[in-house]
Amino acid sequence: MAELAPRRTLVPIPVTNVEDPSYFHKVVDCQWACPAHTDVPQYIRLIGQGRYGDAYLLNRKSNVFPGILGRTCDRPCEPACRRGRVDGDAVAICRLKRVASDLREDVGWGLPRAAEARNGKRVACVGAGPASLTVANDLMPLGYEVTIFERQQLPGGLMRTNIPAFRLPAKVLDEEIAVILDMGVDIRYGTEISSMRELLQMGYDAVFVGSGAPRGKELELPGRHDEVGETHIHIGIDWLESIAFGHVNKVGRRVLIIGVGNTAMDCCRSSRRLGGEDIRVMARRPRQYFKASPWELEDAEEEGVQIVVNHAPRRFIVEDGRLVGIEFDQVEWDEGAVHSRTVGTVRIDCDDVILAIGQENAFPWIERDLPLEFTSPQLAAVDELTMQATIPGVFFGGDAAFGAKNIIWAVEHGHQAAISIHNHCQGVPVAERPAQTMRLTSRKMGLTQWSYHNDYNPHGRQEMARVDLRRRFERLNLEVELGFGPDETAREVQRCLNCDIQTEFQAPLCIECDACIDVCPVRCLTIVRPDWADEDELRARLNAPAENRSQAIYVSEALPQTGRVMVKDENLCVHCGLCAERCPTAAWDMARFELGIPYAGRPAEVG
Amino acid sequence: MTSIAKPQIPLLPLERNQLGLTIRDYSGSMSTLCAGCGHDSVTAAIQEALWGLSIPPYQVAKLSGIGCSSKTPQYFDSAAVGFNSVHGRMAAVASGAAAANRGLVVVGVSGDGDSLSIGLGNLAHAIRRNVRMLYVIANNGVYGLTKGQFSASADIGSRSRKGEPNLLPPVDPMLLGLSLGATFLARGFSGDKAQLVPILKAGLSHGGFALVDVISPCVQFNDHEGSTKSFRYVREHELQDIDADIIPVRGQIHSEQTPGSLTEVELHDGSRVLFRAVPEGYDPTDRVRVGSYLVESARQGEIATGLLYLDETTPDMHQVSATTEERLWDLPFQRLCPGSAELAKFQARLR
Repeated sequence: MAELAPRRTLVPIPVTNVEDPSYFHKVVDCQWACPAHTDVPQYIRLIGQGRYGDAYLLNRKSNVFPGILGRTCDRPCEPACRRGRVDGDAVAICRLKRVASDLREDVGWGLPRAAEARNGKRVACVGAGPASLTVANDLMPLGYEVTIFERQQLPGGLMRTNIPAFRLPAKVLDEEIAVILDMGVDIRYGTEISSMRELLQMGYDAVFVGSGAPRGKELELPGRHDEVGETHIHIGIDWLESIAFGHVNKVGRRVLIIGVGNTAMDCCRSSRRLGGEDIRVMARRPRQYFKASPWELEDAEEEGVQIVVNHAPRRFIVEDGRLVGIEFDQVEWDEGAVHSRTVGTVRIDCDDVILAIGQENAFPWIERDLPLEFTSPQLAAVDELTMQATIPGVFFGGDAAFGAKNIIWAVEHGHQAAISIHNHCQGVPVAERPAQTMRLTSRKMGLTQWSYHNDYNPHGRQEMARVDLRRRFERLNLEVELGFGPDETAREVQRCLNCDIQTEFQAPLCIECDACIDVCPVRCLTIVRPDWADEDELRARLNAPAENRSQAIYVSEALPQTGRVMVKDENLCVHCGLCAERCPTAAWDMARFELGIPYAGRPAEVG
Repeated sequence: MTSIAKPQIPLLPLERNQLGLTIRDYSGSMSTLCAGCGHDSVTAAIQEALWGLSIPPYQVAKLSGIGCSSKTPQYFDSAAVGFNSVHGRMAAVASGAAAANRGLVVVGVSGDGDSLSIGLGNLAHAIRRNVRMLYVIANNGVYGLTKGQFSASADIGSRSRKGEPNLLPPVDPMLLGLSLGATFLARGFSGDKAQLVPILKAGLSHGGFALVDVISPCVQFNDHEGSTKSFRYVREHELQDIDADIIPVRGQIHSEQTPGSLTEVELHDGSRVLFRAVPEGYDPTDRVRVGSYLVESARQGEIATGLLYLDETTPDMHQVSATTEERLWDLPFQRLCPGSAELAKFQARLR
């Protein structure tokens, strides 16, 4: 009866171009969501095969710091994970990355090496954080002479100063940074760059600014500057830095943290280790609007930190020149937490306050009369593709480029800046970007044999073992998370749905027998007449309506027998391979997708 | 054999029927038929029809004989009772099941070999008795399980995979049924579930023997050039003249406009079938006209599909036999078997 609808003007939806690397890339949700496009399913597979070193190196190729990121990454991959859409619990991608790092054998053979001959080009990097280190990682093997200026005595930038050692042990940090520095990077510790003009006059072929977003936001309320003598109001990131370098080793019994971002979580948990007993994180808004990652909130609460919502600070209470508490407005929010109204005030006594309400960029050392344009008082004008500022040969990356983001973004900025620096130094326009490539290789091994496993582990996400709470606070740098053991690892790798094993369709082979449609457990396949009005109608007409607009719809060429088309909703597919298994003509195949990512001086390659 | 398992992970919420069940609750084990077999589509259509009519999965009896098609009951409704009979004897076993338990929804799946060769006699008499059941013939014109000999439904001139033409005339189950007094005759195509599912739903709601002939191509031995039961041939020669849609008893009545003349027939359980017939004057209740239409379309080399013939007036087996409204298997033994004294009395009447 479906054919009875009157015919209308039709807007053809183009046949999906699967030759474009971005089509199948987008289907691999985790890899697409990762700023550095780490090949997650493949490294999980390698871990499953016990090839930890290979898994580590595959990670390192794109994200440079697997050990560090395996503990501290913001994990944009996990909210994107298909498994999360299927049963609510994303694969523990980040923790598996740590497994690859923890259990890797000697991978020295696969690490980058400096070129034997220098190419005569000199690059200056400001700050030894993840962005600058990535630039050095990419350029040293090409023969560049890279100099990094670092104001501290140790490398790592915020990875060292702002991430507490109980989350990221110094050993892990030192190891991964050493791989880069040991290629012969000229690193100048204790050297603060105080003038961009002078830096530009030093004759470097390119300058990279990776100095982070080093200024914690101030909270200018009455009483802020009323203390006499030693202050008990601390700026979060500065305070964490002081702890990292051993300048601060205690805190009062009662601590209030203002703000609920990830820095706030590090501050409250650090307080717990420095003698704080009554620690409260004070939030203006309800919990669903917090910036902190859910897992970081959970970790803090497990350690006895109280999270207090709907409290807006009103004034610091200073008595006899000493901070004694904060007065808060108690607020109520409307739907969506847009507008609030004050319903009362309350005084909360404390010994120390830590302000963790965000951080800003600050470039007091960049003269504003240079032809280096700024888009705001804090941010330089930086091209999002090339990372180049308005002075050719000057590049920005990491938090210094567009404000505070995270480590994995800093790494990706570093890769892109390295490509630009290489172009710039070789006389190629920086906007000329090397292309991504792709490769699809069939997983078919025999009539009904496939070289991948689709027998998923139906169980929930594995829990991470942590140091017992009674022992946890013995040392400031005692790492809390113990990492996955062999059992958890074996279970967790099997939870991955293999999104990189793509369903590849050859329309000319299809005989429209419906076998794939009948067997598909999620009803993501439909053969339809190409007579829909637009994509909305097409999405509504599928066997299971395709409601997730963020996910693509695959449309095949016309099928030989009826001229209808095969349509697939990429959102629902669980990559089980049953369509290919039941296809009599091999029109469907399961093929592994590999994305070729270009790096500086290295065109995209797969495998 | 298949090496890939059905995913055991929980899946996104699927649509639920009136019993709160999803289509997955009507599924069986993984098919071991050849990849692309039309029979798998027939299985999927049966599953869809049972789910769509909200028939309790455990209330179904699924029966079959021998052959590729007869493997299929394994692949749907694991909660049903099942019976794999001797070759060609499914209709007899199904008649027994329907006699003993009139509350069962009896679904028989057979093939052209099982039904039109070895089991033709059993099929004929089940039609005559008007046993209340859905009888599906997954018809591919070939003996697939024994490597591709012509079956009794192969058309004259249809060629085997090696190129040999078939010389014997086919048994057309629709004409056969018409001549035996069948009360529900329909033909579908495994490659067109939009038509097949409503036909199966109507058959499940019919008050007697519902014979559904489904052209179900054999991808291995009968999907080549020269075959008259290949996916391509059926698509090119199918006459989708007679369209039917079922309106279940408790379901909503379709309000969408349908051009052409509509004929409405009420089924045994109160649901109704709407016919849309393109040939002028086609009357699905007129046995003579239907017969000549079938003969004519076959002569033209065309395959008439749709709900071709329907008769809701002929009494079914239980009505003819005047059996009790109770299910026989619920009756206590004393009532079911009155004893040798009663038997002697009965026999005396016949002396």
